[in-house]
Amino acid sequence: MGINDFLTMRHELILTSVVLLVLIIDLNLKKSQKNRIIPIAISLFFIHTVIGFLPAQTGMLFGGMYHTDGLTILMKNILNVGVLIVLMQSVSWLKKDENSEKISEFFILLLSTLVGMNFMISSGDFLMLYLGLELATIPMAALAAYTHHQTRSAEAGIKLILSSALSSGILLFGLSLIYGSTGSIYFDTIGTLYSNAPMQVLAFIFFFTGMAFKISLVPFHLWTADVYEGSPVNVTSYFSVISKGASAFILIMVMYTVFHSIAYLWKDIVYLIAVMTMTIGNLFAIRQKNMKRFLAFSSIAQAGFIMLGIIGGNQIGMTATVYFVLVYIFSNLGAFGVISAISAKTGKESMDDYDGLYATNPKLTLLMMLSVFSLAGIPPVAGFFGKFFLFTSAASGGYYWLVFIAVLNATISLYYYLLVVKAMFINRSDSPIAFFKSDIVTRIGLMACALGIFVLGFWSQIYEFINSLTFGIIN
Amino acid sequence: MNILSLFVLIPVLTIIAILFTSNMKQTRIVSAIGMGIQLIVAGILVYMYLVERNAGNTAAMLFYYDAVWFPTLNIHYTIGVDGISVAMIALTAIVVFAGIFASWMVDFLYREFFISLILLASGVFGFFISLDIFTMFLFYEVAVIPMYLLIGIWGSGPKEYSAMKLTLMLMAGSALLFVAILGIYFYSAPAGGVLTFNLLEISKNTIPIEMQRFLFPFAFVGFGILGALFPFHTWSPDGHASAPTAVSMLHAGVLMKLGGYGAFRVAIYLMPEAAHEQAWIFIILTSISVVYGAFGAIAQKDLKYINAYSSVSHCGLVLFAILMMNQTAMNGAVIQMISHGLMTALFFALIGMIYGRTHTRLINEMGGLMKVIPFLGVVYVIAGLASLGLPGLSGFVAEMTIFVGAYQHTDTFHRVATIVATSSIVITAVYILRVVGILLLGPIKDDHFMHLKDAVWYEKLSTLTLLLSIAAIGMAPFWLSDMINFSLGPIIEKISGVTIAGLF
Repeated sequence: MGINDFLTMRHELILTSVVLLVLIIDLNLKKSQKNRIIPIAISLFFIHTVIGFLPAQTGMLFGGMYHTDGLTILMKNILNVGVLIVLMQSVSWLKKDENSEKISEFFILLLSTLVGMNFMISSGDFLMLYLGLELATIPMAALAAYTHHQTRSAEAGIKLILSSALSSGILLFGLSLIYGSTGSIYFDTIGTLYSNAPMQVLAFIFFFTGMAFKISLVPFHLWTADVYEGSPVNVTSYFSVISKGASAFILIMVMYTVFHSIAYLWKDIVYLIAVMTMTIGNLFAIRQKNMKRFLAFSSIAQAGFIMLGIIGGNQIGMTATVYFVLVYIFSNLGAFGVISAISAKTGKESMDDYDGLYATNPKLTLLMMLSVFSLAGIPPVAGFFGKFFLFTSAASGGYYWLVFIAVLNATISLYYYLLVVKAMFINRSDSPIAFFKSDIVTRIGLMACALGIFVLGFWSQIYEFINSLTFGIIN
Repeated sequence: MNILSLFVLIPVLTIIAILFTSNMKQTRIVSAIGMGIQLIVAGILVYMYLVERNAGNTAAMLFYYDAVWFPTLNIHYTIGVDGISVAMIALTAIVVFAGIFASWMVDFLYREFFISLILLASGVFGFFISLDIFTMFLFYEVAVIPMYLLIGIWGSGPKEYSAMKLTLMLMAGSALLFVAILGIYFYSAPAGGVLTFNLLEISKNTIPIEMQRFLFPFAFVGFGILGALFPFHTWSPDGHASAPTAVSMLHAGVLMKLGGYGAFRVAIYLMPEAAHEQAWIFIILTSISVVYGAFGAIAQKDLKYINAYSSVSHCGLVLFAILMMNQTAMNGAVIQMISHGLMTALFFALIGMIYGRTHTRLINEMGGLMKVIPFLGVVYVIAGLASLGLPGLSGFVAEMTIFVGAYQHTDTFHRVATIVATSSIVITAVYILRVVGILLLGPIKDDHFMHLKDAVWYEKLSTLTLLLSIAAIGMAPFWLSDMINFSLGPIIEKISGVTIAGLF
């Protein structure tokens, strides 16, 4: 195995070096200069993101444990872009005094989880998948507890680590059953051997449950709201966008490559889970007054929509899922970006605080409106196209009633998204959030979201490009 | 460049231009110029259309343009018009133009107001030129969503409640529509071949009857909600009553027509078999709409509510006529859409102007207004007469055609339904004349009314544009009905080729 083979893992290698570089540079900075790590880390990650788009070689490593092709590279690039935006949006928050001691930790922890996600996406067997999953989860708990002097943040950290441990256990149990019944951990081999024997079905259910925890599908969603509310805003946006997107990528790939022979079985499960997730996520989101909690529940509902892409079982489904995640990253980060900008300046996170925001901060308000319209699936912004294609894929499998339930849920979600719009535009407030200007990096991050929300939908080449890489269930 | 694309492009350019304006005066002048150009282009389109037809061009759709958008799913940007769409486009251009002048004095967040209003208009224009159901649906939703802000911010009364109710009900309608569209798409090529969203392509095939039975209610009710189909009309009175003047005009005048237009362009045209089978259910519902709306109008005291209920009645008549599925009635349906669009826009404009002067919309608080604001009073009477179907004005042409067409069915069910629906003419006369009597005639009830000023130039421009159009259709309906009749040909051919009989 020569150096060229190692370059197949370019994404992971560069990312790991970025993490190490940040660590080393931070060690050499004086206490008063710690702030400098912010531009350094972001520029390093920016370079990594750009390199990610250069043509890369594809292939397998370590006897099939690791594989990479156009699709996995695309997924990694999508995540990179999302993470870059998250990092840019966190600048004003990181610069606060309370964080000065631990700025580099934020980058190191966050990028380590991204390494884990990259390995997960590229995994060719369940061992690698599990390793990546753990790498993507454990630093996340530290991130959730980042502002550990606040009880809520510490609580979020411990809740996340406990529930992840439980779900990892369930997942691992499923994997051991799979190994026990097929004698292999490789995706390709298992894919050909899998049947509807009771133990194998059980193994699948355990596996799916473990993944459902990560994506926070109902009824495995209960940890989500508290963790999202307790964590710092930017960490929450990372959880609900990047981490969820990565898990959705892996889930759909494993469902399509490994468990395709029992597709007729898991389609029923996914159907039920999708209906429950959409409906319950939505009904809870209506009642939320804290913006983070509100977006947490709405992102549960969005995860339910993603299930509609998986259930189609064909290429349209996978394309729609990847495309939807891409659109979702931009729309949700737009919303979170506004929340984090406001939270960093004023510390306000309740929906009532947003009353009359349009009069004082029109640009932030417009971005927020675009984002929630995109999340609700209103044309002409990208969210409409994302939802349309997801629902198309479900309809292509003949699931018309599921589509109907989903569109009704989209209407319900429109209600609470409009509540935000109403607060900002219509409600009057005696003490609205005063006008403020965020720093330039944060603003670029916000503008990138606005641009993405507009362009991704109309620019059909993006959809076509994704479609050229995806696949459906091989029968 | 295709002339039809201009109809989407001009509003978008106008919106961009508004962004660069710095004060209220500039904003409204830019809007007026933009929509004025739009009106002129609409006039040119009508002229070009007639020239093409007279030159013997018999293609179903003229000015056809097709560009692939999402090749994998075969989604296109396909545009083209027949006589019906041309008529609807002309209607929209007139109403939007009048609407800009009716909202001349909006001063709160004026830039945002005109942007939302014109965005709404661009959605409506886009809907009428689209031949691809995907883009049609896209434009439909573009037209619906600005309503929330327009009513919520600039409305009056319980505006937040009304705005939310309206948006959610219409979006629930589009949920139904969504399922129908996807169903139609996946059965657009039953004999194999490429799936398509193109209306003309789909109409060449027959969607399997089992699917039609499933999808037709979705499509018809989906559009029906926007067309105020009983019992899904409840958003309409609240929405119209709370909306600012121009929005009521545009919404009742144009947006509700999207429902009627879509109902026959998509639901009935593509699924004629199921339409024949299930028509009886919807005929009953629309008959209720027609009569119930008219009675509802009698019971109301608020001018806007009266007009909103009258819209329910008149739009119900549109759907009623479409369901009769013969040439005469459908011709009447399209004329009724145009006629009601102009009439109701005029009504809402007048109500807005009267309200701006008297600061009340309750009819029993007003009286004798004819003496103080004669111009508005006279226009109100003429609009009222058009609404109750006086010959010489557009309402008569539309209703006459519809009822003649409906009565062509010889069976008892259709005849009874027709007679029931016809009774609305009498009820309409009751509420129109009652309002005119209380509002305009009699003694002046409030001393403040003595000093009211009559219409100023922009109000006159707004109302006269609409009034002239109403009179033009009433005096010379032939050019309009010829245009519609020719284009109805292929649709009627497809519908009447059906062998399945309905329950009645």
